[in-house]
Amino acid sequence: MKAFSIYLTGVGGQGIGLISEIILRAADHAGHPVKSVDTHGLAQRGGIVVSQIRIGDKIFSPIIPAGQADLVISLERHEAFRAAGTALKDKGCLIYYNTVWQPLSVRLNQTAEIEESYIQDLCRARGIQVISVFHADLPDIRMQNMAMLSEIHRHRMIPDIDLEHYQTAMADLMSGTMLAENRALFDKRLTA
Amino acid sequence: MKKMEDMLLRREAFSEVVMGNTAIVRAMVEAGTRVVSSYPGSPTPEIALAIQSIPKNDRPFYFEFSTNEKVATELAYGAAVNGHLSTVFFKSVGLNVAADTFVQLSLMNIIGGMVVVLGDDPGANSSQNEQDNRHYARMSYTPVLEPADPDEVYRFYLEAARLSQTLRMPVILRLTTHVCHAKERVAFGSWSPVQPDDTPRFDPANGPYIPLTTHAIEMKRAALARLEQVRQRAEETELNRFIDNGNRLRGVITMGLSFLSLMDVLDGAAAQPDILKLAYVHPLPRKKIVRFLSSHQEIKVLEELDDVVENQIKAIAFDLQLPVKIFGKTQPEDWIGEYTPDKVHQVLYATWPDMVQPAPTSEAEDPAPHRPPQMCPGCGHRSAFHAIKQALAPTDITVADIGCHTLGFLPPYEIGQLLMCMGASTAMASGLRLFNTSRKVVAFMGDSTFFHAALPGIINAIFNHHPITLILMENGTTAMTGHQDNPASGKNFNEETDKIPVRQVLEGLGIKHIAEVDTYQQAKLAELVVEATSIDEFSVVIARHPCMLKFTREQRKNSTYQQKHVTIDQGVCERIHTCIGAFGCPTFTRDTEGNVTINTDLCIGDGSCIQTCPTKAIIPAGKKDKGGAA
Ligand SMILES: Cc1ncc(C[n+]2csc(CCOP(=O)(O)OP(=O)(O)O)c2C)c(N)n1
Repeated sequence: MKAFSIYLTGVGGQGIGLISEIILRAADHAGHPVKSVDTHGLAQRGGIVVSQIRIGDKIFSPIIPAGQADLVISLERHEAFRAAGTALKDKGCLIYYNTVWQPLSVRLNQTAEIEESYIQDLCRARGIQVISVFHADLPDIRMQNMAMLSEIHRHRMIPDIDLEHYQTAMADLMSGTMLAENRALFDKRLTA
Repeated sequence: MKKMEDMLLRREAFSEVVMGNTAIVRAMVEAGTRVVSSYPGSPTPEIALAIQSIPKNDRPFYFEFSTNEKVATELAYGAAVNGHLSTVFFKSVGLNVAADTFVQLSLMNIIGGMVVVLGDDPGANSSQNEQDNRHYARMSYTPVLEPADPDEVYRFYLEAARLSQTLRMPVILRLTTHVCHAKERVAFGSWSPVQPDDTPRFDPANGPYIPLTTHAIEMKRAALARLEQVRQRAEETELNRFIDNGNRLRGVITMGLSFLSLMDVLDGAAAQPDILKLAYVHPLPRKKIVRFLSSHQEIKVLEELDDVVENQIKAIAFDLQLPVKIFGKTQPEDWIGEYTPDKVHQVLYATWPDMVQPAPTSEAEDPAPHRPPQMCPGCGHRSAFHAIKQALAPTDITVADIGCHTLGFLPPYEIGQLLMCMGASTAMASGLRLFNTSRKVVAFMGDSTFFHAALPGIINAIFNHHPITLILMENGTTAMTGHQDNPASGKNFNEETDKIPVRQVLEGLGIKHIAEVDTYQQAKLAELVVEATSIDEFSVVIARHPCMLKFTREQRKNSTYQQKHVTIDQGVCERIHTCIGAFGCPTFTRDTEGNVTINTDLCIGDGSCIQTCPTKAIIPAGKKDKGGAA
């Protein structure tokens, strides 16, 4: 498989770790060589979390060169804008969950909140396909990541990974009601 | 669900997708490691999480979190001279704490073997600096193996364990942040548990174990001799990699993560250089290097952080008068930061501009507002800082220590104006108080740090009469590194224990002025700080509140858990913005008109904010405003 690089980002507490590990394992189940690396730093404290995944035969480092990601997955709007600006390649794909966790300087009224139109404009200028996801009816905010994963698969944003690979990966990592609830949400959005 | 403990204890050989910090635990199991110790610090705490997945009675080795890295090292050493293969792991700067013991280890006949696992942090992702611990290895004659990915973490640990058992000496396995946290499929060997022979084998005749007078010199001689034996092993090991691209002109010598970056950068490059990737970065395989130097005209030493290997290679070439041009580090930036593919691209292009495409010189500008880390919603430290700020004059000096409360240095609090390392706040504060009667000096500290390295500084303040105030931010856990228990928690890694209460320790030291309060009682806390800082003696205020992140996570495991949140009564709110501008909980969100709303994803309904609102517009969780909205 031709190298495919995925840059995942969000704010500490949003569940980047789980979605990243599902994609990593799904790629592995699909038979692709794959590596990933998480950067959390002080993320647990409301900072940025980044996870990078690289799929393909000739991959050595799990770290994606700046501006070379094929796909950016963000669980927050400001982080979507940041990653589109720094990590994503021209003509790449951006999918983000359209929620806002205001950074400090926005709350202090020192900088403006990133609006959806900024992202649209940036993506249009650089030929980036963009999908914004939001579901008002999620039972638990910790399921935003699963809603995202479902959209990612629905739009086939990662090549050569099938439904069964995602499902097996989810079953590797979860069990009981947690698995059942997440699977139900994942499946529901696929057909929605 | 795949259970980590099943994987770690599987008998037959298998492969699995794992992180470096998990791979190492399987290696410990296969190697027959008997004692493991640590003190938490990024990038290594996930090693303990993997260990924790194995129920205590099934664990083939003893594990503990010790009170600090020096204690952990001493414990592992004690076990090893009793005949047990042992391992100690901690973060980069942990070696500074352990150093007094660590530098002696190579002098000793460590009959059981001992592996020192270091989590170095190039790029200072989660550390106070990016120190290159290979310097310690050189000064102490300790071998170093440096893996590049989880697969090598596993194989290099096995090598380190075997070597240290055979030569009865300490061996360092040097990991770095993105090796610890990288994930890939790793092929593991089989494991056949053997009944451990736990006979205490310590025998002074295996020594000397007392490095005094003439012994110390003899022991150093023996350490140097052992290091030469390791060099032999470093020459022969299959763990070195030689990539022969048939290039008789150019070669690269590299190691660790830099190697992976190099391979990515070279993809598609014209005339690929030959590559020698070292497994042992100390001592160097001299003969192998000489052969590599002799068979090329130009050599690039590609090395993250300091020029440790480069200088040794240059010395070899100089001594043998080899006709080879060696390119090393040239500008300060070469010493700084992680050798990511981007960085290696720049370094390689600067060395051989004809080999690779020009590297992008600057990264694209970050278009979004910065997102500094924050204290969590409900954090007791926030309430404390909000109150304490009102109790101090702007000219007073506040000294931080290491932990979540360090984040108080950020706006809007800006409390904690100096930071050094764990336990340093009290003594730094004492120094700041000398010849200073006009500006009060207040030190801060967390409870894990209190037991880790703070006691000498505190005792010194009492012993030498330094009239400063120490504010102990007691949250019952080691929060910043992922909630490990500490001596005040009432639990250690393995079982329930008696708490060692901070207050009684302080009383036992003879401190007369000790006050304590829950940090949510902000007015009371402010009062106590005013009082404490006006006493002309060493005083302590224990500002206590359980870590709310830990508390909330535990609550969430409960199936009946419902997230609660406060609300803003928009009819009462006068947009004074104390909640945002001074109290600064990330839950408060401002819209373009200046209205304040609650981010319900974040708010946990703790209500510590309610007392901060001058117009009483914050409605407790579960209560309704006058308009009837919940
Ligand atoms: C020598 C050393 N060891 C470990 C660390 C990693 N570390 C950073 S913050 C921290 C936690 C300190 O806990 P505590 O003092 O209880 O403060 P809290 O984070 O709970 O507020 C640790 C262990 C370090 N920075 N230096």
